[in-house]
Amino acid sequence: MIDAARILQLVVNGAASGCIYGLIALGFVLIYKATEMVNFAQGDVMMLGGFVAFSLIANFHLPYWVGGILAIVITAAFGYALDAFILRRVIGQPQFAVVMLTLGLGFIFRAAAGITWGYDSVGFNTPFTNKTANIGGLVLGQDNLSIIVGTVLLCGILYLFFSKTRVGVAMQAASQNQLAAYYMGIPVRTIFSLIWAISAGVACLAGILLSPVSMIDVNMGFLGIKAFAAAVIGGFGSIPGSVIGGVIVGIVEQFAGYKLPAGFQEVTSNVVLLLMLFIRPQGLFAERMGKRV
Amino acid sequence: MRYLFRTQYQQDIALFRHNGDRFWYGLLTVLVLIAPAILGEFYIGELCAVYIFAIAGVGLMLLVGYTGLISLGHAAFLGIGAYANAVLLAQGVPFLITLPLAGLFTALCGAAIGRPTLRMSGLYLAIATLAFGSIVGTVFQKWTAVTGGFDGFAVPTPTIFGIAIEGATGIYYVSLAVLAFVLWVSANLLRSPTGRAMVAIRDSEVSAQSMGIHLARYKTLVFAVSAGMTGLAGALFAHYVRYLAPDAFDVLLSVQFVTIVFVGGLGSLRGAILGAMFVRLLPQFIAVVRDDLPFGIGRLPGLEPSLFGLVLVLVILFQPGGLNGMWLKTKQWFQAFPFKRQTSFRRQKSYAKSERLR
Repeated sequence: MIDAARILQLVVNGAASGCIYGLIALGFVLIYKATEMVNFAQGDVMMLGGFVAFSLIANFHLPYWVGGILAIVITAAFGYALDAFILRRVIGQPQFAVVMLTLGLGFIFRAAAGITWGYDSVGFNTPFTNKTANIGGLVLGQDNLSIIVGTVLLCGILYLFFSKTRVGVAMQAASQNQLAAYYMGIPVRTIFSLIWAISAGVACLAGILLSPVSMIDVNMGFLGIKAFAAAVIGGFGSIPGSVIGGVIVGIVEQFAGYKLPAGFQEVTSNVVLLLMLFIRPQGLFAERMGKRV
Repeated sequence: MRYLFRTQYQQDIALFRHNGDRFWYGLLTVLVLIAPAILGEFYIGELCAVYIFAIAGVGLMLLVGYTGLISLGHAAFLGIGAYANAVLLAQGVPFLITLPLAGLFTALCGAAIGRPTLRMSGLYLAIATLAFGSIVGTVFQKWTAVTGGFDGFAVPTPTIFGIAIEGATGIYYVSLAVLAFVLWVSANLLRSPTGRAMVAIRDSEVSAQSMGIHLARYKTLVFAVSAGMTGLAGALFAHYVRYLAPDAFDVLLSVQFVTIVFVGGLGSLRGAILGAMFVRLLPQFIAVVRDDLPFGIGRLPGLEPSLFGLVLVLVILFQPGGLNGMWLKTKQWFQAFPFKRQTSFRRQKSYAKSERLR
């Protein structure tokens, strides 16, 4: 028998790692909604963001908060440049060209990070490392709690940004109908690059939040594959759906790790993804969409 | 410059366009047939690997280049073909039966995985195959009763009509025969109504559908054929490496297969073979120049995958026609000399194609 505390522990741990998947999936979904491209290098952007934060905090001795925010800004600028200089060139080419392009970029990022920061796992001190919080007799790691709180906060900020600010509304407009947005005088290309910047910034935040739980290393980009499961469950087009999908994947994975023999935990997310495609390919939060000729 | 005046429909769908084609392909056939007598053991082995990759490349070309779908899990199909062939051979089934069986079994696996995902947009196939590849890789590692796990699996020597196929030369001829077969099947498929349905699906799913093409059926068929060809390549791959290890069939190999298609040139069977040559020869080239590179670049770990990534990015950005496109441009330059025009191969200006309707 598993007791209730154990189950809760697993749920919280799962929700924490699920939030990371959700954040990466959020990056996919933002870009997909706007440009119909899928960024297969999203996980690698997260890895780069984590390493940038590591450099700022551990090498340049900046305080955690300053270094973290600076890292997010730098990664966002990188995302902007990525779209402005590379991805914009392939607009109009078939979708699979973009898939391969971002996949190739992911390999390049991984090699570049390996050359710059080495192939060993690194970590930096955060205010949450190795601390626990006691909530009603339940002992939880602050690192896990910080991930959940950070994700919730970020979702709130993004919601306010997209619904209240001019740029946010322009982004919604550009995602819904590019041509109409052009006619209304929205600089669609800049808006798309800004969306890439937001997506890269979110990925960097995911990398920073993840660093106390698991170290930063070159291959952490493979988490991106798990994030696909989150995005597909969410319906690949729904922002809250991707976070909820991520939490579902994270919790299922924790229980699989607890129940199944070693080695199967790694593929749980893939199995969930394939099952989802077999049973309900449009995802849990699908938007009805037709096709344009 | 050769002008072809087509007077019959037969000329439109002919496998060889004119006698020049027949001559050069005939010469190539003679050359590859006598190659083992000229080249050394090492080069024959490398050529054989090129053929095996080309078989998988042709299969993937049908899927990516002609139907516009992308698979990031073809290494899994190579693995399924390899293990199916090796396990059946170990049970004492003759090679001439295990080879087609391995292909058929892989094709069935492809249909099973393709059927549900192909209802969605092509993107979902990429994601689903990526997940499928990782699951299959884990199965190879964990199902030790059949695959032997990390201990590996020694592949028995195949025999055809009592003659043991040993050494590089034996596998070379078998691979060559299978490659010829696969090319013949693909070329015939492409000039048939099925082939045109594939190209129609690639160019516009909606217009293909409105012309009466059953999308899911054709996509599943192509995916199964593509997987089956990769399975055949896998069966030969098992004999080429002689010792199967479960971690050989990872995502990197899948990316290499897609690199074959992109670097070779989308939408041409010749491209699949050129791409296979490139993908097999690049690591050899790196190995040769490794020590001569400045700043110790050659010693960096992860050099090979990053080079594959770099080549992929450069080809997509600057040379979408791939090696085949470069060959066509060079040929055009000489044929039209000195009247080559700047605009000869300029791509039509393209705009963002939306697949959504709101």
